[in-house]
Amino acid sequence: MSIEVCNLSKQFGTFAALRDVSLEVRSGELLALLGPSGSGKTTLLRVIAGLDVADSGQVLFQGEDATDQHVRERQVGFVFQHYALFRNMTIFENVAFGLRVRPKDVRPPDAEIRDRVHELLKLVQLDWLAERYPHQLSGGQRQRIALARALAVEPKVLLLDEPFGALDAKVRKELRSWLRRLHDDMHITSVFVTHDQEEALEVADRVVVMNEGRIEQIGTPDEVYENPASPFVYEFLGNVNLFHSRLHRGRAWIDGIEVDAPEHAEAEELAAVAYVRPHDIEVDRTAQGDAALAARVTHVLSVGPIVRLELVRDDSEDKNPIQVEISKERFRELQLVRGDQVFIKPRRFDLFPRRIH
Amino acid sequence: MATNTLSSTSRVRRTLTTQEPSWVRRALIGLALAFLTLFLFVPLILIFYEALKKGFDVYFAAIIEPDALSAIQLTLTVAAIAVPLNLVFGVAAAWAIAKFEFRGKNLLITLIDLPFSVSPVVSGLIYVLIFGLQGWLGPWLAEHDIKVIFAVTGIVLATVFVTVPFIARELIPLMQAQGTEEEEAAVALGANGWQTFSRVTLPNIKWGLLYGTILCNARAMGEFGAVSVVSGHIRGSTNTLPLHVEILYNEYNFAAAFAVASLLALLALVTLVLKTVVESKITQPKENADEHRSV
Repeated sequence: MSIEVCNLSKQFGTFAALRDVSLEVRSGELLALLGPSGSGKTTLLRVIAGLDVADSGQVLFQGEDATDQHVRERQVGFVFQHYALFRNMTIFENVAFGLRVRPKDVRPPDAEIRDRVHELLKLVQLDWLAERYPHQLSGGQRQRIALARALAVEPKVLLLDEPFGALDAKVRKELRSWLRRLHDDMHITSVFVTHDQEEALEVADRVVVMNEGRIEQIGTPDEVYENPASPFVYEFLGNVNLFHSRLHRGRAWIDGIEVDAPEHAEAEELAAVAYVRPHDIEVDRTAQGDAALAARVTHVLSVGPIVRLELVRDDSEDKNPIQVEISKERFRELQLVRGDQVFIKPRRFDLFPRRIH
Repeated sequence: MATNTLSSTSRVRRTLTTQEPSWVRRALIGLALAFLTLFLFVPLILIFYEALKKGFDVYFAAIIEPDALSAIQLTLTVAAIAVPLNLVFGVAAAWAIAKFEFRGKNLLITLIDLPFSVSPVVSGLIYVLIFGLQGWLGPWLAEHDIKVIFAVTGIVLATVFVTVPFIARELIPLMQAQGTEEEEAAVALGANGWQTFSRVTLPNIKWGLLYGTILCNARAMGEFGAVSVVSGHIRGSTNTLPLHVEILYNEYNFAAAFAVASLLALLALVTLVLKTVVESKITQPKENADEHRSV
């Protein structure tokens, strides 16, 4: 089932959690809402679920207005960051809850409930825990039970609020790929909230990057990582180096290196910032023409297949180190050590006009 | 076995370094015991000693005497009305305060605490001022032949007022700590309001609720000040147990006074035992092995 939200706004006192947010979740996709804390992602999820009410705007399920529908009637499965399992019930009863509270005429008979619950417990591979209580389970187990409980009512959409946020790194990684596989099997429209960019990029079909109650960019993980639409997305997704630049009629000067910038043809003497990923910087021992910047190696970290370098420009007043990533082979070729003089050149970059404060 | 010994020795070592010297411990424990003996155990024993001094016959005669029986009956009646009322109010107030945001929330919390901060005599006087003959509603009540002051109604009202905080105060922090996520999960799974309350909220607070109810009941049966003001001390009619004890004592009928008082002391003892049992249920150590186990 597809979900559509139109022009949602929500205030908490003086804090604007959502500012005119519109978004379409396609049927059967796994969508990540990614952003720092306070960016409004959880609020958006809760409004979609019906747990919070927006001040204005609409929520549509499969094209039908669900804005005034109660959570109970929306048929959403909601998974909480801290699991929210019913502590006074066994795991079995937790999963059975959604079926047991149905009105008598649509409630399945006990035998059917039992089969369904065991089926779900098998799906999350925790059938053997049916008679335990939530406090006897590990965090990862609890979250899988929470998921089984949400799936028990056969929801039309699955909403997950930082589902792995309370787990340690290893468990989080395992659950992440497990969720991806589960989604591939079930194809239920799912939205999950996360502040972990790696999680979003790895698991989701599409990523929605949010900041200060607004959507910054929507796209596949590749799109948002390779072509960030705004400085915020650039900085939020991975490391990035900033270079002072100047734009003038389709030409740009990145700290003195002149390059083409056809998309800024109208710019007239505009101050800008060039965003360059660490792996998009070329390093050489000798200057390749004029278009290179002199820098000195201040730090070398060679762990794994990638070597990280920190460089400081000789001629610039900007003393923020430049992060560069090169392959191990390239590193062996160059034989760099601390204190070496190198020349660098951005291979790929994006230019954004400097914001006037 | 080997690991057991190891861990127990290391535990001993750890406690030794964090403990006070033994003479300090003994002095403190001794001080506490002496204090308890002087102010609690001795008076308690004295009550039963005085009550039984003239033999069991006198003791039972004092208890089954009509005025005493009617005092017992009244006390039970008042508790039977006041405790359920506060049970409902306490749960409702705690539910509202812990699970919802609304205007005037702090005012409500302050109001719930009011009976704790006001002297019971003053709360009794408030009712006399409102319902008494010279009070605001006095003339109207007299006209309609409704008796509040110097009647059971007044005693119930005063008792309800005095015991308001017990259950709500017990539940509010408990419910606040538990948050609203379980309720939200229940509603998202399709549960209606009553199902959410009876299947999720109530089981989570049952021990706290019982604890508050026990305390509330003890206070409802033992309340003296507020009830004394509104009761009028009419023997066999508006006398509760604590008031009856006072009357007997003032009449130098010590054996009877202590006999009736021993009932209240017994109530206190039973309450203490129940309270201890319930407390151990509340603070049952919850295993928090959480994130450290395998997935």
